[in-house]
Amino acid sequence: MSTTTAAQKTTRTLDDATVRFCGDSGDGMQLAGSQFTNTSALVGNDIATFPDFPAEIRAPRGTLAGVSGFQIHFSSKDIYTPGDTVDALVAMNPAALATNIGDLRSGGILIANSDAFDAKGLEQAGYKTNPLEDGTLKSHRVHSVDMTKLTRSAVEGMGLSVKESDKCRNFFAMGLVFWLYDRPLEPTLRFIDEKFGRKAEVAQANTAALKAGYHYGETVEAISTQFHVPKAKLAPGTYTSIVGNTALAWGMMTAARLSGKRLFLGAYPITPASDILHELAKHKNFDVLTFQAEDEIAAMTATIGAAFAGAMAITASSGPGIALKAEGMGLAVMTELPMIVINVQRGGPSTGLPTKTEQADLLQAMFGRNGECPIPVIAASSPADCFEISQEAWRLAVRYMTPVLLLTDGYIANGSEPWRIPNFADLPKIEVKHPGPQANGDAFLPYKRDERLARPWALPGTVGLEHRIGGLEKQDITGNVSYDPANHQHMVNTRAQKVANIANDIPPQKLDGPATGDLLVLSWGGTYGACATAVHNVQAKGKSVTHCHLRYLNPLPKELGNILSRFKKVLIPELNMGQLKTVIRAKYLVDAIGLNKVQGKPFSVAEVVEKIESLLKGDTKDSQAKPEPIDSETTIKAVLEKVAHGG
Amino acid sequence: MSVDIQLPVLKPTDFASDQDVRWCPGCGDYAILAQMKKVMPTLGIPREKIVFISGIGCSSRFPYYMNTYGMHSIHGRAPAVATGLKAVRPDLNVWVITGDGDGLSIGGNHLMHAIRRNLDINIVLFNNRIYGLTKGQYSPTSPLGKKTKSTPMGAIDNPLNPLSIAIGCEATFVARTIDTEIKHLGEVLKRAAEHPGTAFVEVYQNCNVFNDGAWAYAKERETKADTTLELVHGKPLIFGKNREKGIRLNGMDPEVVELGKGVSEDDLLFHDEKAPEPSLAYLLSRMRFEDGFPEPIGVFRCVEKPQYDDMINEQIETAINERGKGDLDKLFRSGDTWDVA
Repeated sequence: MSTTTAAQKTTRTLDDATVRFCGDSGDGMQLAGSQFTNTSALVGNDIATFPDFPAEIRAPRGTLAGVSGFQIHFSSKDIYTPGDTVDALVAMNPAALATNIGDLRSGGILIANSDAFDAKGLEQAGYKTNPLEDGTLKSHRVHSVDMTKLTRSAVEGMGLSVKESDKCRNFFAMGLVFWLYDRPLEPTLRFIDEKFGRKAEVAQANTAALKAGYHYGETVEAISTQFHVPKAKLAPGTYTSIVGNTALAWGMMTAARLSGKRLFLGAYPITPASDILHELAKHKNFDVLTFQAEDEIAAMTATIGAAFAGAMAITASSGPGIALKAEGMGLAVMTELPMIVINVQRGGPSTGLPTKTEQADLLQAMFGRNGECPIPVIAASSPADCFEISQEAWRLAVRYMTPVLLLTDGYIANGSEPWRIPNFADLPKIEVKHPGPQANGDAFLPYKRDERLARPWALPGTVGLEHRIGGLEKQDITGNVSYDPANHQHMVNTRAQKVANIANDIPPQKLDGPATGDLLVLSWGGTYGACATAVHNVQAKGKSVTHCHLRYLNPLPKELGNILSRFKKVLIPELNMGQLKTVIRAKYLVDAIGLNKVQGKPFSVAEVVEKIESLLKGDTKDSQAKPEPIDSETTIKAVLEKVAHGG
Repeated sequence: MSVDIQLPVLKPTDFASDQDVRWCPGCGDYAILAQMKKVMPTLGIPREKIVFISGIGCSSRFPYYMNTYGMHSIHGRAPAVATGLKAVRPDLNVWVITGDGDGLSIGGNHLMHAIRRNLDINIVLFNNRIYGLTKGQYSPTSPLGKKTKSTPMGAIDNPLNPLSIAIGCEATFVARTIDTEIKHLGEVLKRAAEHPGTAFVEVYQNCNVFNDGAWAYAKERETKADTTLELVHGKPLIFGKNREKGIRLNGMDPEVVELGKGVSEDDLLFHDEKAPEPSLAYLLSRMRFEDGFPEPIGVFRCVEKPQYDDMINEQIETAINERGKGDLDKLFRSGDTWDVA
């Protein structure tokens, strides 16, 4: 490593910056990203992250298919998205460069591990010449760093094999980027100590690599500027950085405590929902039962059994798993038992894009069951929102004795943001009632309803309340099997009305912007950040546009029809082909316009801004986001050439 | 479980619900229902602690006719519903009522996993070798060549043997009985109820509308002594009208032998329901009438193993003992935190 004295460096202060680490899926990029995230949160920035990894656990090393990335947007202001374009890109190999360079802004910093740009690496990524040398990257500030060599020399003499030494490269890269953005090393040093403490030589080597990277930034002359992003002005409180799936698991545990219930999760492993199972399985001392079922159907029906038993019963899956649960959800509707079905949406149809985000299960959630089978549907808007919405889902489930579908998506589930930690004692209790024993010999009436149309939740074990429920149509009040035509009509109406009644029990729909005007941007779920930021950007230019973000999708807020009628145009940006738009057009006869994207990626702010501005200028048409520029020269063409040559 | 027979507070009629029983007249299900109502008061379990869960099919109407808690769930899923119920509420006495189609076809996966988990539940499979509720298609236990509405030229699927399946799934209690052998039926149900862990009971049940006489050989007074064999723990396998025949092992295979002609009882296979290895139970389950064997009835296997419902709750207790009852405020602050003033 260079021993020259620290070069003359300048420091620039920025409002915000976006960094992406990318490399082979075995390069430890998710770890680098999450460490950078935690450190940025600890220094007081607002943060938003976007991990992006391949479906294959270990695709062949060095290939385009094996590239894994982690993007962090950190800021001194409020931010809602992980950033459209990247200010600094760390590429550990040519494949990572090829698949990510399109997102690096013009003038952005590229830090490339030049040791990986050998003939084999270049060929695997489809490069004919070395992009670090052939001038194709001249619109970026390129730093070719021989990271492999530098890391090996930093850990020399610590008793590691070459292979083990190379595993420290991500720490070298982290160290360099930590210096570049003026971040402290201490949180990562603490992490190394906790994670590798038992393997002293690994801990020592990772520490050495991290520091070597940091000192490299400090000393190498080619990197002349260090950037500083000051603290954000967040609301007072204690914060932690939280990932969506963790927030959801904690939210469910909190809801169980607030209602005095055991928590039961029935689940079958599926990306990107499995982390909910993993998180809950850790917390058995909170009286959390996790049941890894034999399949999605068993996960669903065991959840129904647990609900009948009196637990707070939940199941978590993703689109294909939800499809398998559909019949069970019908039984949950018919038996009118409270439970939560979580769909962490991913790209579909079929197996689709397991690790990529999409919002294309909305209509499945609303209508994807046989018969007239209404289920309340709510959607989380951000990683931290997963905490609160879990409690809201349970509140609705028990107040209305109904399954509730809670939608998140891969982007929210794996993304993270600062979360202001609540005090448990300050959270509102969730009231649950069970009828008590009945010794007078009167028949118990399991389908006698309260003013909200909810039936009683009578628990097995209660004397005198013995009753039978099931999937056959029920006679109202008695719950006995009934094939009576008038009763069936009445029960279908009643179940629909019960769900519709929830609209009287939810907060008024908020608007961000004027109450009337030329354009309303109507969004739901995980697109909140991109839509809110886009609307703020356009508003900042003095134009009139209003944002309405829906948390409740079934039933929709009762004032929504009125809101829609006060705007000349309604834009619905969705990561699907127009599913909310279909619902809105059908329900309110509003000629809503769609901005649609199904590319496995969230909206960029720029995409939404562009459509808003186009609509304000007279555009009236639906449109699709243009696919982000993948490096077509090196990827698609390379594939086609290989195919042409019989490769 | 304590099953001392004290003066029963409840009578069989206390377990009858107010619903009209709507099986076809002459259906074997009536006898099973009657025996179940008789067994219930002898178990010493309060009525409100008993739950019957079923799937879909004729047998699955069962819960409606029992004045206990119950759920008539969806096709094949009763074992999974019961798993969620029993995991959360180990205090409940849980029964799964299923059939050959419900349990072995659409719900085969759930049945397999419920059995291997060894939850303390009782699974009663009514085997009539036909789909009754859908009016007469062949089932997973219909014999090869069986002509039904969906197999006009005869079934070409090899039938499943419910007990072989259960034993293959590491069942700790496996038994077989017959709807018309009401005393035996009642005894087997009681043994099942008393077994800690999953008890799997196959009941030969006659569907007099779509598959009448499917078990005639095992039920008719004239033939049953020769076509069935009542298993008794610790006793030799003897059958026949005059108890003149027995089962002997010939290498790995059972064979029917006549007693007396140089063969004594001591030469016969002795039943051992407690055998740690399930090999004997499996061998017994493979003895079929069409292969020239009497079909055993009674308890094939009864061993004890840890139960899922106990273990899932013990893990919670252990976690609480080791880490203390979970504190959410602590959990929320378990990662790196920072304060904003």
